[in-house]
Order: sequence, then C-alpha cells, then structure tokens
Amino acid sequence: MAKFTTLTSHAVPFPAENVDTDQIIPARFLKVTDKHGLGDSLFCDWRYLKDGSDNPEFVLNEAASQGAQILIAGNNFGSGSSREHAPWALVGWGFRAIISTGFADIFRSNSLKNGLLPVEVDAEVYKALMEAVQLDRSTKITVDLLTQSVTGIDGLEATFPIDAFSKHCLLEGVDQLGYLLSFDEQITSYEQQRT
Amino acid sequence: MEPRTLFQKVWDDHVVAQEPDRPAVLYIDLQLIHEVTSPQAFTGLRERGLKVRRPDKTIATMDHSTPTLPKALWVIDDQAKAQLGQLESNCKEFGVELFALGDSRNGIVHVIGPERGFTQPGKTIVCGDSHTSTHGAFGALAFGIGTSEVEHVLATQCLLQRKAKTLEVRVDGQLMPGVTAKDIILALCGEIGTGGGTGYVIEFTGSAIRSLDMEGRMTVCNMSIEAGARAGMIAPDETTFEYLKGRERVPQGADWDAAVERWSQLRTDEGAVFDKTVVIDANKLEPMITYGTNPGMAMQIGELMPTADSFDDTSQRAAFEKAMGYMGLQPGQRLLGQKVDVVFIGSCTNSRIGDLRMAAGVFSGRKVADGMRTLVVPGSHDIKKQAEAEGLDRIFKEAGAEWREPGCSMCIAMNGDNLEPGQYAVSTSNRNFEGRQGKGGRTFLASPLTAAAAAITGEVTDPRSLLLS
Repeated sequence: MAKFTTLTSHAVPFPAENVDTDQIIPARFLKVTDKHGLGDSLFCDWRYLKDGSDNPEFVLNEAASQGAQILIAGNNFGSGSSREHAPWALVGWGFRAIISTGFADIFRSNSLKNGLLPVEVDAEVYKALMEAVQLDRSTKITVDLLTQSVTGIDGLEATFPIDAFSKHCLLEGVDQLGYLLSFDEQITSYEQQRT
Repeated sequence: MEPRTLFQKVWDDHVVAQEPDRPAVLYIDLQLIHEVTSPQAFTGLRERGLKVRRPDKTIATMDHSTPTLPKALWVIDDQAKAQLGQLESNCKEFGVELFALGDSRNGIVHVIGPERGFTQPGKTIVCGDSHTSTHGAFGALAFGIGTSEVEHVLATQCLLQRKAKTLEVRVDGQLMPGVTAKDIILALCGEIGTGGGTGYVIEFTGSAIRSLDMEGRMTVCNMSIEAGARAGMIAPDETTFEYLKGRERVPQGADWDAAVERWSQLRTDEGAVFDKTVVIDANKLEPMITYGTNPGMAMQIGELMPTADSFDDTSQRAAFEKAMGYMGLQPGQRLLGQKVDVVFIGSCTNSRIGDLRMAAGVFSGRKVADGMRTLVVPGSHDIKKQAEAEGLDRIFKEAGAEWREPGCSMCIAMNGDNLEPGQYAVSTSNRNFEGRQGKGGRTFLASPLTAAAAAITGEVTDPRSLLLS
C-alpha cells in the first residue's frame, strides 16, 4: 500500500448524497480477476453518454477536474455493496482522499486498505469546502494525516477522526495483514481452547 | 457480570487479542466465498506464499454471474467464464470445498449457508458480500467484508475489527394479512434511511420478529445493510432450533443437545443497554414499496409519493429530484396503477420456499398480464426441487412466468438477466439503485406478494386486493 502523509491538491466537487457503490462501479465491471484498470469505469453510467463518449455535464469530465486527487462528496458516500472494486476504481482514477460528512462502513474499511483516505468532516466544514471549490476550481486543499487536519481555504482549520491503527498503516504504507499474521500463536491457542 | 447484549456475547466469545489503540483480532468461524469478490484475495495469498489457514471453515459457491436458463450451463461471457474458472482452480489449489455450477448443492451463498446448516447461532460469519447480514437471523454475527479482508480471513481465520455500536429495532404487534417480513425491513429503511444504521449492529426484537419463521427473519436481517448497518441479529429460539435440527452440517445426537443448551444463552440479558432503540408498530404496517433510487425511499403502497417540499434539507431535495428524474415519475402522485414491464421474484432476500409459496398463492389460477416478463428464480437447487415437488413450478409456468435455475440473477444483473433501459420492474430483491438491475432500468422493491400481484395486473398493485378476491 502506498504511504499517505500529506496531500495538497485541487478537488472535484460532487455534492450528490448516498452515492452507492453500484454508481461508483457498476456490477458489470466486477467480472475482473485483478484490481487494476478500473479507473476508466469509475462512475461509468454518469460519466459516459450512450455512444460511449464523455458526458460533458459530468463533473469528472470537466477540464478543471483533471489531475485532482481529492473528491468532495455528499453524505453517506459508498453505501450498498461491499465491492472493494469501488476504492480500486477511485484510486485508479487518481483520487487519494474523499471528503464527506459520512461514509458507509464497509466502503470506509475498504478505502483504508487501499491508501484512499476517508476524511469525515462536519456539515459546516463540508459546506465551506464545497462552496469554495465550486466557486474556484483551482482551490488547493491540504489533507494532513499526521495532524488529522484539513486546510486550504481562509479561516478553515478542520480536523477529522481516524483510528490509530489505520493511521499508522497509512503513514507507514504497510497493510494490515502483516499485523494479523503476527498473532499466529494466539490464534492457534484460541483454536485449541475451543475444540 | 454486567448484563450484555446478544452482539456483545458473540463478540466477547471471539476476541483472540486486543492491544491498546489497535482493533480487536476477531476469530471467524465461517467464511463464505463466491466468484466475484475472491479472485484478488487468492492472488494475494499466492503472492505472499500463504495458505488458507482453515479450509474446513471456508466454503465456496458460484452464484453472481451464473446463468439461470434451464438446462443451459453456458456462461454469459468469457470474462464471467474466466472468473468461474478461477474460483474452481483456486478452491482446488487451496483445498476449499466448492459447490460449483451443476452441483446439486449449488445456490446463492446466503441461501445455501443456512440451508445446509453451516450457519449456526453464535458463529462469526463473513463473506465478500454485503448481504452476509442474512445469517444474523440465526443469532450469528455475520457481515460483509471487502476483498482485502477476504484475504485476511483466508490467511489467518481472523479479522481486525473495531466494536460496533448497538441499535435495537423493536417490532411489536402483529402483522396484518398481506404484510410480510419484507415490509418490516422496507419500513425500517424508510424510517431511518440508508445511512441510519451506519456504525451499528442491529438486534431485531419484539413480538412481530418472534412470530416470523426463519425465512422471514432472514429477509429482515438480509436488508440490515440497506439501513446502513453491517449486521443484523435475532436471538435464537425454538423456531431457530426447529429449522436447524437434522440439517447436514449441524451437530447431531448428544452434540445437538449440547449445542441447543449453549445457543439458548445467546440472548440479550435483562438490563443490557443498547446505544439506540427504534420502535416499529407491526399492527400499523402496510405493504411497502420503494419509489426512488435507494431503499430508504420507501412508502406504504397506497400513499402518495413525496414532493420536493417534503424535504427541508436542500441536498435531500436534490437527491429526491434526481431520483424522480431517473425513475420518470411525477412527485406527489400515487404509485398504484403505475405500469410495470418486468417482475423479478428471487435474490438472497426473497428466493426461499416460503417466498415462492407466497408468490404462487397469488399466481394460482391466474395469468400474468399481457406483455409482462416474469422471472421466478429459486435461491438454490434444494429450493427448486422442493418447489417442484409441491407443484409450484407448474403454477408459475401455467400463469406465464419463467421458472429459472438458481442464482443471483436480476438482483445484480451480471448474468444476462437484466432490465432494458427505461423498463420498470417490481422486484423482491434488495437494491433499487440506478442501473442495479440493468443500465437504465427502474426498480420498485417490494415483497413477493406485491411483486406477484404486479405480474398479474401489469401495474403496481396492493396485493391485498388479490388475496381477498
């Protein structure tokens, strides 16, 4: 997993609420057997027109969105299916952080395992960021994991929560399986006690 | 000892280790695997040179992208074929038991787990599928995980977890005729929204829940995730034990008695405190239906749809207007009488024998409406066999419905069973998201009774009008 320390980038404003993982990556793209190449299918049914060309009205296709690493999204982002293809597609497009007022549980967990940082902020902070970015698409936002802070617009100093373990894994760029494997002995003794 | 909730008891039983500032290492008793969310997990094992720690606690099935046309074991496309092939070779290489396509024990993962007795009270159960919450109907702690976590469990039989909060959903009273388990859970989704249960494990309690059979309880727990909760649980009781007794993988003889003794302790103690409680009055429930593009957009079938003015919050109003646009519906109108093109009866929510019996009761002696496409897809081969023994298949076929092979089918539309753009479906599945049942397709979620009624009349119909006549 790639390290995450601090990130400064322009952002894509995407105020829709309850964006489900079927929209992030429709089920017909789940027939893959690896994790790569899903970025092109991100938000597929909103992003492309019937003939396969870019939908000019979809925010991801705007020139100002290109190269952005931060998505600012409406409440309850990532609801629905457990497909890890959703963060794979978001990371495949280039996102490294998503700012929202709320994330679905499984999506949050999946994102943290793929170097994609869910940044949960309160409604006021969300509104301020969304408005600033909508007004000026070149606005640069900084997400700092070490201090768990979001800055970049005047007068804004917001913090976000993250559990200590996920933070550690992201800062170090290590995945969680290594930690789990270190419990081999305890797992064995648990199994012996139970049988 | 402090009084504990059912969730707390199952949790406590499975904590292998808990270091400060770290998630708990939680032991997993059963992992269910299917073709869509497992290939990358097995690849991960291979890359690290790891084995499956407990193949005996792992079972696999093929369900998501499998064909449902009778006697045709062809697969929809080369990609799906490759995925199914990879599941087969992964299971062989790592020693995992697989109920492959064509095996008489094959079926939807959340149907065959309980059916074969793998699912038992007090177990921790995971699967790379959000509807794993289904198994909580037995008093198991069961939830969906991502593919990275599938790999974690394959490698260590454990998962890193932070303890969820607890939400009691108490459903008191008695369901009226024509109102089913599906209507309870749709009412909950409508009440608390798709994010209302985020961060919680639900325990369903109350007399209306106790009165449900196991299939109804599975329907309720199945859609806990649609209310945002990863898991839903129901304390095991005589109904649970009765269902499990004699099933293939449950303890037998003296072991059975000991298991029932142990399982009987799995209930929330008097005085245990939930973080939150929601109460639903079963007496007042009506058949429910969704009108929008998430399961929280649900209403009583006879109600008027909301209007933009019904929402104070601007972003909720925007979401509602977007949903109405996608659905091609007029705010403030009735949904009753809305023309329907397709009816789908199936999915891990409503494809069990009781669901099929309910639907057959409506179909019996009637014909589906002209031009209506009706798919009835049993959840497993066992259910298919049972339904055929009872003659339900004949009722469906004589009415003009298609009787299919088991699988997820049009719930997720990965196998060639899908809606065409613009079509309306009444579906017994669990998600009405945009495009869920096929690109551009429009879904109304409802019970098997309501779906069957729509198949007969060709429009959204209160099923009670057909039950009474």
